[in-house]
This record gives sequence, structure tokens and C-alpha cells, in this order.
Amino acid sequence: MLDVSLRQQRGDFTLDVAFQAPTPGVVALFGRSGCGKTTLVNLIAGLLPAQQGRIQLDAECWLDTDSHVNVVAEQRRAGYVFQDARLFPHYSVQGNLRYGARRTRGARELISFDDVVALLGLAPLLDRRPGTLSGGEKQRVALGRALLAQPRLLLLDEPLSSLDAARREEVLPYLEQLRDHCAIPMILVSHQFDEVLRLATHVVVLDAGQVVAQGDISAVSLTPALRAIVGPEALGAVVDGRVAGVDAATGLADIAVGTGQLRIPCAGATPGGLMRVQLLARDIILATQEPQGLSVRNQLRGIIQSIVADGDSDLIKVDIGGACVLARITRAATQELHLAPGLSVWALIKAVSTRGHAFPARVATA
Amino acid sequence: MTFLGDTELSALRLSLAVATRSVGFSLLPAIAIAWLLTRRRFPGRTLLDAFVHLPLVLPPVVVGYLLLLLLGARGPIGQLLNDYLGIRLVFSTTGAALATAVMSFPLMVRAMRLALEGVDTGLEQAARTLGAGPWDRFLTITLPLMLPGVLAGAVTAFAAGLGEFGAVITFVSNIPGETRTLPLALYSALQSPDGDALAARLALLSFSLGLGGLMASELLARGLRRWLGR
Repeated sequence: MLDVSLRQQRGDFTLDVAFQAPTPGVVALFGRSGCGKTTLVNLIAGLLPAQQGRIQLDAECWLDTDSHVNVVAEQRRAGYVFQDARLFPHYSVQGNLRYGARRTRGARELISFDDVVALLGLAPLLDRRPGTLSGGEKQRVALGRALLAQPRLLLLDEPLSSLDAARREEVLPYLEQLRDHCAIPMILVSHQFDEVLRLATHVVVLDAGQVVAQGDISAVSLTPALRAIVGPEALGAVVDGRVAGVDAATGLADIAVGTGQLRIPCAGATPGGLMRVQLLARDIILATQEPQGLSVRNQLRGIIQSIVADGDSDLIKVDIGGACVLARITRAATQELHLAPGLSVWALIKAVSTRGHAFPARVATA
Repeated sequence: MTFLGDTELSALRLSLAVATRSVGFSLLPAIAIAWLLTRRRFPGRTLLDAFVHLPLVLPPVVVGYLLLLLLGARGPIGQLLNDYLGIRLVFSTTGAALATAVMSFPLMVRAMRLALEGVDTGLEQAARTLGAGPWDRFLTITLPLMLPGVLAGAVTAFAAGLGEFGAVITFVSNIPGETRTLPLALYSALQSPDGDALAARLALLSFSLGLGGLMASELLARGLRRWLGR
């Protein structure tokens, strides 16, 4: 369990957050720029002097201002991957990788040099100087360097934000591998919801220094507070479902969601595996009767749980049995169909609108 | 050697010895003070900054005079040094080196500060998260990255130290073989009726040393920067 509660004042900005997340797992700190994410991570790393609060990681207490506990940064063993990599220019890639490894003070080795080199594909880079590396290569080296310090906690401060789309795709799979194969708790700072979607097991949404929502991503994806951050277009429920079957010919997978089933294109789906899918609110149509003769393949039966006004439309939360989806409907349609909480409806989802990510069950349920 | 006579050689040797020792005296304190001034905020910082720079604006004779007051045979510190350690600074080469060190200290500190400001504190933070304590970080990250500046500062101070005049002659006087460095020898030559040729040779020598020193410093710094991958 990672237990953090901190209060920090800086000028007229106040950071006041508290969250608890299961370990191991990936906690995503999600919010717009300037909401205090980096400050929070620097406090957890111990790089910023804390004013008030507590940080507890499993049995280790790093900070407790009430009882004057404050472990210095160099002894917290919080591996930190900075936005700008911060590789040491006067060391080779190999020297950078070994810098932390030489200072582990006898900590148990969770991951070996050879493993890291293999995992991150660093073998061809070992003798190069950081100045000659591309952005994606630098971030991979930075990740390897942090890992080899045998961290108790890995802090990733927007490790992908300085990269273009192609480079992001180069680094993201490594992060997924880390989550799935290392038992190191991670904190991922991000303002990109799709990164959070792909990596997080627990989400903390920050706005203006406050936690506005937290929990597993399915729960957080339903909170209206998210709208202010991702914008109305990107709002949509995230559901985890088990793969019931894969059609190799079409690349479509059947995924059990709630009491129903979705048939969607999914890369990397294996029968029995867990998939995470985001269903965008604007791509969901509601029907009060079972629809017939439609080209839409995916329909889930459910019961309306709540209706929240959002601009000139309504956000309707539908319980599909153990999971919920969000639908954006115009106010006129809500009135015409007499939609109200408790009403039984069919949610129709266009197959193309979903983005599936393979998500190992072990991590998702941790 | 035909060009350089005994007088020139002795002065050259003394100048080199004085400049080398003065750099030796001031190098570590300059790094420490520069670090304090760039990386720490503390009360009295501005005062310390001004104090360090005083030799730049004070007449060198005043610096020599103050040194004489403090470290002279009857000065409070000079007496202690003499009584307990048997060190006599006045009229000695070491004294000349000390006066030179004080005069070139601001130059040195300025170079170190510039170098330190060029070192990204983010790298020190990264080293911290990797388990490096304060000294470890300084020795493995900060110092190597500021090395070009340290070197430039040391060479500049060395070159300036070869020619320190006012503070030296006031503090340790003008004694052949002991404190008569190049500029002091040049001054003495100008005082004697037939010293014109000697003065010219000494001036040429000073000129070449200064030029060579500055060029060497630039080349070294360039090489180091390349080695540091910057």
C-alpha cells in the first residue's frame, strides 16, 4: 500500500492531496499542466522539502512531519525518470546505467543489468554518449538507469511527453512490460488520458492542487470531474472485460463486459485474458427498445443509473451489470424518450470507436 | 641560454613558483566559496560576495598593507604563525604567493561561479534519486561538469599571478631570489641607469607567458568540453 497525504504551500498555490493505492501497481497522477503533479512527485522523491504530511510505502515510512521522520532523497530509493531524461553527459550509456547500480547499499537485486539491457533493448547503445542519442533512446536509458538502482518505487514524470507519436509508441510497450513483469510500484504522471488508460491500475485525478477523483480507472472514468481535464469529446467509460474468443480471420475479439458482450478489434487479445476498453460517451447511442436491423454490432442491455446535465446535452450513466457506460445524448432526445433513472435501455456502441488494450489480469486485479 | 641571464631566470623561476603556489592556495577555497554563492541562500551572502570581490576594486597596495597588518611579524595572525608554526610570511616566497592568491581570488571565484551556473542542478537531483549523497554528487557530477571552468579559472589566475606587483611589493618587499618576481625585477631594472635592455627582455617574457597561458587555457577548456560531451 502506498499511502500519501501532503500539504504544501508555495506562493498562492496550495497542494493538498491524500491518496492510497495498492502496491505493486501503476498509480497515475492525471491532470492538466500546473495542477501540481510534478510538485507532488518531487515531494514523494524527497527532492522538495516537505512542509506537512506523510508518505508511507508498505512498511517503510519516508515522511511523517508529525513525528519528524524525513528520509533524505538519496536513501528513499525512489527511481525517478524525469521528463527530460537528465542523463549524465560525461558518462557513457553504460556508465549512466551503472551509476545507481553502484549505490544500492546492498539492496536486494530485483532486476539485473543484463535483464534491463534486454528488456529495454539497450545493447547497441551501451558505449555511446547521451549527447548522441535520440529522444526515445534517452528515455529508455533513463528508465534503465532508474531501474538498476533497484528502486522501491518508480516515479515516471511524463516520460513520454517530450517524444513524438512514433517515439512514444517505441517506449510505451517497455513501460507495459515493466508493469507486467516487475513487482515495482510505479507512479506515472501524465496529462494524456490514453497513457493512463494503457498503464494505470489506480488513477488519482488532480486539479488545482486538489484530488478531484481517485480509484480504479473504470470508476474514475465515470466521474464528471474528468470532463474539465480531458474535454467533452474524450469523455467515456473505461471497462475491463475478459476475452471470450478471438476470430483470427477478422481480428475481432469477443469481450465479456458486464452481463453483455462486445465484439471489437483488439491487438494482442488472447482468450481468457483481460482487455481494457474505453467507450467514448459521444459514440454511444441509447435505445428504449431492443433495436433490430442495425449495422451497429455492439449492444449492451442496462439500466439508467443517473442523468447529469453537461452543456446542452446530458451525460447518462447506464449500469450494464457490474460495469457502467456513459452516453452523451442531446437534451431533446432525453426528453423525447422519457429517459429517467431506473429505465431499462440498450446501449449501442460503434465497433470502430473502441480502443482495446491487453491488460494482464494479475496486474488489473492487484 | 644566451637570451636569458641569471636575473631573468631567477625572476622567471620565482614568478612561476609564486603563481603556482598562489593557485594552490586559492583553488579549493575558490570552489567552496563559488559553490556557497551559487547554490546556497544564507544571511550575509551579499556581504561575502562583496568581500570576495574587494581585491578587484581596492588598490593592490592597500591589500598588501592589510596583509602586512594581519600577517606581518607583529600582526595578530603573523605572530601566531611565527611563534607556533615557525612560518614567516614577510619577505618570503610563500608570502608573495599568499598576496598573489588574495589578489587573484576574485578572478578564480568568478570563473568557478560561471562554471557552476552552467551545471544543470537537475543532474544533481537525478544523482540524488540514484542514491548519491552530497559529496558523492559533488565529486561525480558537479565537479567533472564544472571542470572546464575550474581549469580556465586556474590558468587565468596563474597567468595573472605571474605579474602581481603592488600587493607583493608592499607585503613582502623586493628581495632578489626570494620575492623579486618578473614585474618586480622589471621595476628594479627601470630604476637602474643601464637596465633598459634587461627591462625590455623581462617585459617580452611577461608578455609571452601571459599570452601562452591564456591560449593554453582556452585550448584545454575546449578539449575538456568535448570530453564531457557538451
